[in-house]
Amino acid sequence: MNTYIRRFFYGDIPGQETGGSPSPQGPKNDWPLWEVFIRSKQGLDHKHVGSLHAADAQMAIENARDVYTRRQEGVSIWVVKSQDIHASRPEEAGEFYDPAADKIYRHPTFYDLPDEVNHM
Amino acid sequence: MKATLDYILHLADNALILGQRNAEWCGHGPVLEQDIAISNISLDLIGQARSFYQYAAEIQGNGTTEDDLAYLRDERQFKNILLVEQPKGDWGFTVLRQFLFSAHQQWLFQQLSTHDDERLAAIAEKSLKEVNYHLRWSSEWVIRLGDGTEESRQRILNAIETMWTFTGEMFMGEAFETASGVNVQVGLPAWEEKVRNCFAEANLEMPANVFMRSGGKKGMHSEHLGFILAEMQYLQRSYPGCEW
Amino acid sequence: MSIHDLEKHFQDRIDAEIKIEPLDWMPDAYRKTNIRQISQHAHSEIVGMLPEGNWISRAPSLKRKAILLAKVQDEAGHGLYLYSACETLGITREETINDLHTGRAKYSSIFNYPTLSWADMGAIGWLVDGAAIMNQVMLTRTSYGPYARAMVRICKEESFHQRQGFESLLVLSKGSDAQRAMCQDAINRWWWPALMMFGPRDSESTNSDQSMKWKIKRKTNDELRQQFVDMCVEQVKLLGMTLPDPDLKWNAERNHYDFGTIDWNEFWQVVKGNGPCNRERLEARKKAWEEGTWVREAAAAHAAKKQKRAASNAA
Repeated sequence: MNTYIRRFFYGDIPGQETGGSPSPQGPKNDWPLWEVFIRSKQGLDHKHVGSLHAADAQMAIENARDVYTRRQEGVSIWVVKSQDIHASRPEEAGEFYDPAADKIYRHPTFYDLPDEVNHM
Repeated sequence: MKATLDYILHLADNALILGQRNAEWCGHGPVLEQDIAISNISLDLIGQARSFYQYAAEIQGNGTTEDDLAYLRDERQFKNILLVEQPKGDWGFTVLRQFLFSAHQQWLFQQLSTHDDERLAAIAEKSLKEVNYHLRWSSEWVIRLGDGTEESRQRILNAIETMWTFTGEMFMGEAFETASGVNVQVGLPAWEEKVRNCFAEANLEMPANVFMRSGGKKGMHSEHLGFILAEMQYLQRSYPGCEW
Repeated sequence: MSIHDLEKHFQDRIDAEIKIEPLDWMPDAYRKTNIRQISQHAHSEIVGMLPEGNWISRAPSLKRKAILLAKVQDEAGHGLYLYSACETLGITREETINDLHTGRAKYSSIFNYPTLSWADMGAIGWLVDGAAIMNQVMLTRTSYGPYARAMVRICKEESFHQRQGFESLLVLSKGSDAQRAMCQDAINRWWWPALMMFGPRDSESTNSDQSMKWKIKRKTNDELRQQFVDMCVEQVKLLGMTLPDPDLKWNAERNHYDFGTIDWNEFWQVVKGNGPCNRERLEARKKAWEEGTWVREAAAAHAAKKQKRAASNAA
């Protein structure tokens, strides 16, 4: 597929295509990638905030604290190796989620209530 | 009893000079995440220094500010220990120095947090959370490097050899410490135990019978401090009396 | 689904402002463009730590020292968010760093200029971060999900960077003669490079604007640059300083400020590697990486040993 990207914008500095080349270092330096989930002090659940590299779980948690909680205290941090995350495939979204569209009676807006109790 | 001005300055100087050394890693760390970690520690230390300098400035009075104390005193007036002014060395040197310093600082701040001097106690208590983290972070790194590769082990051994002579000063009581009701000598066993435990896991040994250097608390520093202050204080010295 | 259908589905989502996520199908060129742009953005944050990091040890007050250190640390964090977003596209951080060190990947040219005085810290905060923020706000609406989310996080943290820079200059502008001169000198040196941050003129582009179509970019270079100039001309008045452009003039017809011509020769020289600090910046990054090899190896080795011990203990 041919594309002509001739406009240059901030961050997109003219140069060769870089798709990444294998680095000369081998797996000796491999620090796995970890996904980070944080629940803030007022939060109810852990949210995915990003990823980082660490050699072990302890380091990953400390790094997460340093990077993602610089501006707040008292949070809960989960780290999971990226390779251990299993995700649904986008194309499966149809099977997983479409059937629910038929069951509109699950949605509160389906019910027309008198104004006096409509805040429910 | 209240802490003396000199004692507060000693605590402030320790924190500032170590913070200054750690900050040298900013942008040059072995990996991005650790760059952030060491900068965090540096920021904590600078924060501690500011708390102590502000208190010291009040004690001194006459409109003295934290910056007057940090930027306008000479080498002979600084009371930090020799350990903190040593160059940052390689990553092994930095994490080991942090560990050995924090191991004592944790005990010390635990003691100080119940000191009669309420202001001092408050600063110590607030800083303790940070110090606990510094100790944990640095001890883990000592273990990683001590029990990592052949090269990392060699480097940590070199660091121990270079640095050990500066550790004794932490436990040599100075007049301003005694006058402030602080006995650092009794902190030695606690420190040794922490170090022993960490070193055991790191497969390292504590040196014995090493001659201990001292003098920093008395203002007799190594040649390093002069260069640190020249760089740190240059703007305030070149443009005296200015607001920044 | 045929390629044609996939492409259409992809473009439909973009047109409907639905974010593209890591596991979604995407054209190869879209993936590659995002990899290049996000990684170069990340590299910029990291290299950007160097000119400012220069002054941490010499900051003229404890407060300024802490502020500067916090700011530079933030930049490291931003680099991390961006590398993290980039890795979702199927490339490792190490590969992108290798591209940086071998010169295949670039970083924002602005960081190839030297920081020669304390006032440079203020000028960078005001002008360089100011320019970056304009672009970053636009990028919070970029089509690739992880990139947009990283940008939202970055923008939340960025505002203090510009404010502390301007405030630092404000203090200088009200100070001694030497301080005022230092302030003006820094502005004189950083103004044009800041304008160059917005890239080549729109008129330099020839063919189709695929990046606009894919909503990787949402405003043109000239649009952003004009917006920036208009804003700064007003702000510099508060400093009682001038911008080093004799052609700056309000144009009532266009409702914008006219400004002088950028030295495009300088622009391309710096991009090509002939700026004042290109070599030093890259050397510093390579040195840090290479000297850190033994550290990374040690940590990995220790983690492996621990795992082995845990496994044999469990057995």
